[in-house]
Amino acid sequence: MSWALIPLTEEQRAIQQAARSFARAELAPHSVRWDRDASFDREVVGKLAALGFLGMMIPEEYDGQGLDTCTYLVALEEIAAVDASVAVLMSVHNSLPTQMILRWGSAEQKDRYLKGMARGELLGAFALSEPEAGSDAASLRAQATKDGDHYVLEGTKAWVSHGSMADVILCMARTDTPGERKGARGISTFILTPDMPGLHIGKKEDKMGLRGDPTVQLVLDGLRVPKANLLGEEGMGFVYAMQSLDNGRLGISAQAIGIARAALEHSVAYAAERKQFGKPIKEFQGVQFKLADMATRVTSSRALLYAAASAKDRGEPVTQFASMAKLQATETAMWVTTQAIQIFGGYGYVKEYPVERLFRDAKVTEIYEGTSEIQRIVIARELYARS
Amino acid sequence: MGGTIFLVNFFTMGAAPVKIAVCIKRVPEMDGAFKIAASGTAVDETGLKWDISDFDGYAVEAALQMTEKLGAGEVHVISLGPDVVQETLRKALSMGCARATHLKCDVVPFDPFAIASALAAELQGGGYDLVMFGKMSIDSANGAVGLMVADLLGMPMVHGCSKLDIAAGAGTARREIEGGGELVRFSLPAVVSIDEGIARPRYPSLKGIMAAKKKPMDVKPAQLGPVRLTVQKMDLPAARAAGRILGEGAAVVPELVRLLQQEAKVI
Repeated sequence: MSWALIPLTEEQRAIQQAARSFARAELAPHSVRWDRDASFDREVVGKLAALGFLGMMIPEEYDGQGLDTCTYLVALEEIAAVDASVAVLMSVHNSLPTQMILRWGSAEQKDRYLKGMARGELLGAFALSEPEAGSDAASLRAQATKDGDHYVLEGTKAWVSHGSMADVILCMARTDTPGERKGARGISTFILTPDMPGLHIGKKEDKMGLRGDPTVQLVLDGLRVPKANLLGEEGMGFVYAMQSLDNGRLGISAQAIGIARAALEHSVAYAAERKQFGKPIKEFQGVQFKLADMATRVTSSRALLYAAASAKDRGEPVTQFASMAKLQATETAMWVTTQAIQIFGGYGYVKEYPVERLFRDAKVTEIYEGTSEIQRIVIARELYARS
Repeated sequence: MGGTIFLVNFFTMGAAPVKIAVCIKRVPEMDGAFKIAASGTAVDETGLKWDISDFDGYAVEAALQMTEKLGAGEVHVISLGPDVVQETLRKALSMGCARATHLKCDVVPFDPFAIASALAAELQGGGYDLVMFGKMSIDSANGAVGLMVADLLGMPMVHGCSKLDIAAGAGTARREIEGGGELVRFSLPAVVSIDEGIARPRYPSLKGIMAAKKKPMDVKPAQLGPVRLTVQKMDLPAARAAGRILGEGAAVVPELVRLLQQEAKVI
């Protein structure tokens, strides 16, 4: 419905339809079980890969699809509208590790990792946060120490989406020394693979939402990483991570819009069916006002997201707009899913109906890839940077 | 021009490349809510989503699988209707069909013979070994166009195939019939219509979607046959009457049985 505002190409419409029918047939029948059991069927990654959804923005020379950001976000919203857990897997893989290797990886790293990731044979993850370093990511403490041809990593990374399933993990760790700390410039990025000795999967989080995508801690216990797996330059890891988060934030915006749209669609349908006081509840202005506000927020969030993504596709700087899009979309997802529960009443509060899960899935979008508060800081900082 | 070298494709010599045409229809997705248009003789198309008719999708998939199995040949896809059918044809191209033909007309007539005439005119002389249809469209559900095309082309017709195989100028098909199945053998060229269960249509991959943009789409005016059949009136199923609660517990069972016997007359 609100898609009419975004001028999609015929190819984008075809990709949207393909993503939608894939999600409805291959994800929807399992979403309730994945959520209930906090489980996931690994073969879904293979199915996403076979259709090309795990290499969308990687150029064809690296076995990707070579599509632009807007097209990627169109597909991502369709996946998110059915299963937000699968969407976060798709978002992280496409937005962060693949883009980081594409942008800063060596030819050998691209050959060894990026091609397999673009084909979806290797699933990528991103490890920046730590138990004591969330919004203040630059305060991370995982330490990488040079030892001949290797770095030896010690520490604990936290909140790693699908870290237990990943084949390639882009991990930030300090390469400055305790005697000479360099702050954000003391951080480097390493390409980890699960076969490296000393990499252990730690605690799996028992989450409120996005329960299909396992979120784990990674324990780096004397983890030996070959020097060849340092990404780009030593000391630039934090810069790489922050620059990549522009991509990540656009992806999470699309995920949030997918969640919000699903809640809106369920609400529109339910309000037409549910009768109270002798008529469908959509006849009551109290419900109409809610639906109108929900639709307006979803549509405006999407319009902002596509304006930001189009700017990115034109090669313009989008840090501020990516933060605005993420702030707007994720707070919309939380607000719209809250209204949806209110429209469903008691039925909204039970797991038998879908909006309860959407509400739980929505919450984390305001937290990860930069909290709403961090987005506001980024936006405000840019206001002064430009003045 | 001396020294011309003739290349011989040994791979396809054994199995001659097969040429298959699949005729598809663009239909509304059936999970939407339908309304009757103001004319009273058609569905209100506002807000409907459209896709390849289910059985036609099975036919496309079955055709692609046959050419993939044979390692030779190609699948052409044909549809009739206004310009929007090109989107449906493009989807079939993105699944792997090689070429599309859009037989253009403003409105798809209800009369199957009018449609069959246009399709037969296009298919005639096209050199197709096999012409495939879904066994019926899921919107108008006549199940007649394929049969009429076979008649117009003078080809054998197997209706409602649940399995299909072709080789060396002949084909075999399985049909599900009341209480069992039957295996049919037929000569090529032939017309077949496809039942469900033959093959689940693949999802178009992103590569397929992008490749489809570059595949040929021929647009020709549809040479419709005479329209001798029109819809006079359409209506939606009557709303179900509200149920009646007789009470609770074993005490109301005799009354329930009496009503089922005497009023509903179902037992």
